[in-house]
Amino acid sequence: MSDTRASRAALAVWATLIALFLLAPILLIVLYAFNPSNVQSWPLHGLSTKWFSSTWHNQEMRQAFGLSVRAALISTGIALLLGSMAAFAVHRFRFFGREAISFVLVLPLALPGIITGMALNSFFAFGGVSFSLTTIVIGHATFCIVTVYNNVIARLRRTQTSLVEASMDLGADGWQTFRHVTLPVIATALVAGGLLAFALSFDEVIVTTFTAGAQNTLPLWIFGSIRLGQNLPQVNVVVLFVIALTFVPVVLAQRLTRDTGVVRMTAGRRR
Amino acid sequence: MTGTRVPAREERRATLAPAVRVSGLRKAYGAVVALERLELEVLAGEFFTLLGPSGSGKTTTLRLIAGFEAPDDGAVELDGVDVTRRPPYQRDVNTVFQDYALFPHMTVAQNVAYGLMVRGVGRRDRAARAAQALQMVRLGDLGERKPVQLSGGQRQRVALARALVNRPRVLLLDEPLGALDLKLRQEMQLELQRIQRELSERITFVYVTHDQDEALAMSDRIAVFSRGRIEQVGSPREIYEHPANEFVAGFVGTSNLLEEDGLRVTVRPEKVELLAPDAPVAPGLRREPGVVRDVVYLGSVTRYVVELDRGETLVALRQNTDVAVAAAPDAERGRRVLLAWSPEHANTVAAGDDVEHVEEEG
Repeated sequence: MSDTRASRAALAVWATLIALFLLAPILLIVLYAFNPSNVQSWPLHGLSTKWFSSTWHNQEMRQAFGLSVRAALISTGIALLLGSMAAFAVHRFRFFGREAISFVLVLPLALPGIITGMALNSFFAFGGVSFSLTTIVIGHATFCIVTVYNNVIARLRRTQTSLVEASMDLGADGWQTFRHVTLPVIATALVAGGLLAFALSFDEVIVTTFTAGAQNTLPLWIFGSIRLGQNLPQVNVVVLFVIALTFVPVVLAQRLTRDTGVVRMTAGRRR
Repeated sequence: MTGTRVPAREERRATLAPAVRVSGLRKAYGAVVALERLELEVLAGEFFTLLGPSGSGKTTTLRLIAGFEAPDDGAVELDGVDVTRRPPYQRDVNTVFQDYALFPHMTVAQNVAYGLMVRGVGRRDRAARAAQALQMVRLGDLGERKPVQLSGGQRQRVALARALVNRPRVLLLDEPLGALDLKLRQEMQLELQRIQRELSERITFVYVTHDQDEALAMSDRIAVFSRGRIEQVGSPREIYEHPANEFVAGFVGTSNLLEEDGLRVTVRPEKVELLAPDAPVAPGLRREPGVVRDVVYLGSVTRYVVELDRGETLVALRQNTDVAVAAAPDAERGRRVLLAWSPEHANTVAAGDDVEHVEEEG
C-alpha cells in the first residue's frame, strides 16, 4: 500500500476492462441493428434504420413477442401470489416441514434449467398434457416464485413483528392491518420481486424449449433465427429493444430494494 | 401480607369494578411455565407497576391483558367485563411497545392518527386529535417527519401519543423507557406521571419494568414478580420498608439479611448507623460489632460492607457530608466498627426458596 495513486489507476484500468468485457458484445449488437447490409461484416457501410420497419411487420416475431409478454405476465402474477403466500407462511408459523419448503422453493433456481425442462417435458408427456401457454407458464413459475419469495421473506425478517401487534392493538382488524401495515411494508419487495420474475421469464430459453411445443417465445424465435442464419438484421433490432425494455425493470427493482424506509429500530425482547 | 390497600387518592373508587382484574391466569410455552395461577387487580386511575427480573412473567401478563396471546387458563376482565376471548382490537386498552413499533411507512402524524383512522373517525377530527396528542408529548412540530428521522426519545413519545389518542381505559406500557439513556429516562418518568395527571379522564397505567428505582419513583402500587408468580403487592413504601419475603427484599433495594431469634430479618442499608467501636449507643437500638471489609464511594453516599463478628455481612450507607471520610475510603478498610439500628426498621421476612407462594387477598 505504498503508492495509492498507482494502485488506484491500476484498479480503474482493471474495472474498465471488466466493464468493456461485459458490455462490448451488447454495444456491438446495438451497432449492428443500424447496419444497412444483411451481412454482418466489419466495418459497417453506413448506418440505417431500414430494418426497424421490416422487423415491426414480421408476423412471426410479433406472435413470439406477444406470447412472451403473456407468459411473463401470467408467471409473474402466479409468482406474486404463491411466492408472497409462501413467505408469509414460512415467516409467521412454525410447522412441520417448514425448512423443507424453503429448500424446495429455492431449488428450481439452483437446478440447471435443462433438468427442470426435461423433467417437466416428460411429466407433461406422461400426463398427456399438450404443450400450450399453460405449460410455458408452469415452467416459468417454477423459478419466478423464488424471486418473489426471497424478496418478501427478506423484508418480513427485517420488519418488527410488533408492527402487526401495534396495529391490532390500536383497533385494526386482520384485514385493516394487512391493508394499512403489512402490504405497504412489503410493497416494494413485491414490486422488486415481480420485476425480477418478469425479466427472468421474458428471456428464458432452456426450460421454454422443453415446454413450448411448436410455439415460439421471443427468445426461442431469436435462437432459431440465429441457428438458421435467417433474419439476422431483424434479430439485432429485437435484441436492441429487449435490452431497452429489461433495463427499466432491473434498474427500478434495484432502486426499490435499496432505500425502503423499513428500518429495524431497537430489537424487541420478549419474555 | 398486605392485601389490597384502599388507595389514598379520593378519585379512586374502590367500590367500582377494578379497571383490570386477572384471575387464575396460567400460561406456558411448551414446558416452560410463564405464569402460574396469577391473581391481580388494578384499580381505576392507578399507576400500577409490574416489577420483576427477566423471565418473571411480567411482560407475559401485559401481553395477555392486551390480547396478543391467549391464556391456557384463567380470565382477564376489563371494567368487570370478561375479555379473555376477545382479540386485541376489541379491547379498550392500548400498548406502548418496548421497541415502539412505529409504522415506518407513515409520518409521525399518520402514526398517531392510525387508531382513529381504523375506527372510522373523520379526517378533520382525526388530524385535530392527533395534533393534540402530539402537543401533549411535546412533539407538536414533528408531525410530518418519518419515524426514522427521530431520536430514540422522540420515537418513545410518538409511541405514547399514538397509544393515548384512542383514550383507552387502560394504557399498557412494556418497558417503554428501557432503550433510553439514564438522563432521558428520568425525564420521561416525570413526563409520564405528568401526562397521567393531566389527562381529563384519568387513564389507568399498567407499567412493566425491571428497574426498581423506576417502579418506586412512579407507581401508586407495585406488584413484584418472580418466576411466574406475584411475591407482593403494595405501595412503593410498603414494598421497600416492609418486604414480604427475601426475594422482594433482595430485588427491591439491597437486602441486609440477618438471623434473629430464629427469624429471618432484613434491615435497609440507609437505616444502619456506622459508629466507632466504643461510641455510645442510644438505648433500645440493636447493636452489632464488626470489621469493615469494603468501602465504595458513590458520590452522594459511601457504601460500607461490614462483616459482623457473629458471621453475617451487612451493608451500611453513609451520607458524604464529612469530606474527610469520603476522600479516604482505603483507610477505612479493616477498621473495627459498631453497627446500630432501630428494631422498628428490622423486618421479619419469609424465607427465600421454600416460601409459600404469596397471593394477594382480593
